[in-house]
Amino acid sequence: MSATRPPSTLSATHAVLYKELTLERRAPQTLTAMALFCASVFVIFHFALDRNEIEGALAAGVLWVTLTLAALLGIGRSFVADREEGGLDGFLLAPAPRTALLIAKATTLLIFLLIVGFFAALIFSVLLLGPTPNATQWASLALLILLADLGIALVGTLIAGIAIQTRARDLITSILALPLLIPLLIAVTKASEPLLSVGGGTLAGRWLALLGLYDLIFGLLAYALFDYLVED
Amino acid sequence: MASTEPAVVCSGLVRRYGERRALDRIDLTLQQGQTLVVFGPNGAGKTTLLRVLSTLLRPSEGEASLLGSDLRKEGWKVRSQIGFLGHQSLCYGDLTARENLHYHARLHGINDAAARIEAVLEQTELSGRGDERVFGYSRGMLQRLAICRAVLHEPQLLLLDEPRSNLDPAAIEQVEPLIGAAVGRTRVIASHDPAGGLAEADLVLGLRNGAATLLAPAAQVSTEQIAELYR
Repeated sequence: MSATRPPSTLSATHAVLYKELTLERRAPQTLTAMALFCASVFVIFHFALDRNEIEGALAAGVLWVTLTLAALLGIGRSFVADREEGGLDGFLLAPAPRTALLIAKATTLLIFLLIVGFFAALIFSVLLLGPTPNATQWASLALLILLADLGIALVGTLIAGIAIQTRARDLITSILALPLLIPLLIAVTKASEPLLSVGGGTLAGRWLALLGLYDLIFGLLAYALFDYLVED
Repeated sequence: MASTEPAVVCSGLVRRYGERRALDRIDLTLQQGQTLVVFGPNGAGKTTLLRVLSTLLRPSEGEASLLGSDLRKEGWKVRSQIGFLGHQSLCYGDLTARENLHYHARLHGINDAAARIEAVLEQTELSGRGDERVFGYSRGMLQRLAICRAVLHEPQLLLLDEPRSNLDPAAIEQVEPLIGAAVGRTRVIASHDPAGGLAEADLVLGLRNGAATLLAPAAQVSTEQIAELYR
């Protein structure tokens, strides 16, 4: 008889994360859809604004609204594979800590958002962005993408956990996620504005602090609530 | 845990979906090593009972304990001792059978998982196609894989919802050493087969609209009584 011992959070997280990344590698639907969405929206803005180059607040707004809407695609697909053939039940039947599912799902979403974020920033700089940021500004932008994506991944996983238990899951994702992401969107857009302006600027510490605080609050909220959301 | 402790005890167990009672005051006691077969027409509450006992659904009222642990308060304790087979395979279509089983083995913390996985795949004759993605499997192969998953961690209690559906006679023989009575595990089986179900039952539960209309030792139940449940 095989001996069993309930897995640690780390071991269960690794198992779920490996499964998530393998599924995306085998059928790369989420990343492809998010990347294509971003590229399409930038092309649409390029013609809709009838401008070859944008900068400052407009550039920050276009970039982050596009990334946030692309993130909704990823959030909506977070648990799709788990719904088909009852994969979520398979996890819930195991003696694994529920937190492992939260960490693995949020990490998967964060990885997707980072890949799409950097891809989108490159496309954006080629298609729309007027000023070319210097190395320091690119580094600052990368830090902003990391902090914002962490917040989106936490909120997104929390919302996806709620949505999976409802019949109106496709509606719930957008209806709940967008209002919750407004503070993050304001902070990251304001923080990005000087980095995308002609003449350049530096990153304002208060917006970084706000993003960090947002990530911390939603990290704690997700940790406290996720068990109750995914169970009956 | 005392070995003489009943495997399953339900007392006034109720499960509601909104206003509707899918389970209505179920009382039963099943001793360890025994088999309870649950009969009833579609929508009678068989699947709901299995899902409550598996900890996937919480009871709305009443008490239920498995292997001495209260399901409401200590569900996490019994999960490693339950093997659940439902209508879905709980496997991922884009993973291979081996990958699916490795995933579940890790979630159950099984030591020496590779050997155990090979053993169950061999038993169900899926070994040769274990590296194929599951989405290409037939319903019968998927059912065999689901049985492999349910028994992978060698649980004490099996909760089986129509376990032989989609299986041909040869496959039914293959899975017998995994889920059959000879294994000696406590089993709760939902069935639509009066003769077959009765043959492997120690205790029979008949459900109708969520309520228990029949609860008796199998020796005291006839196939006509079970057939009556479906009229």
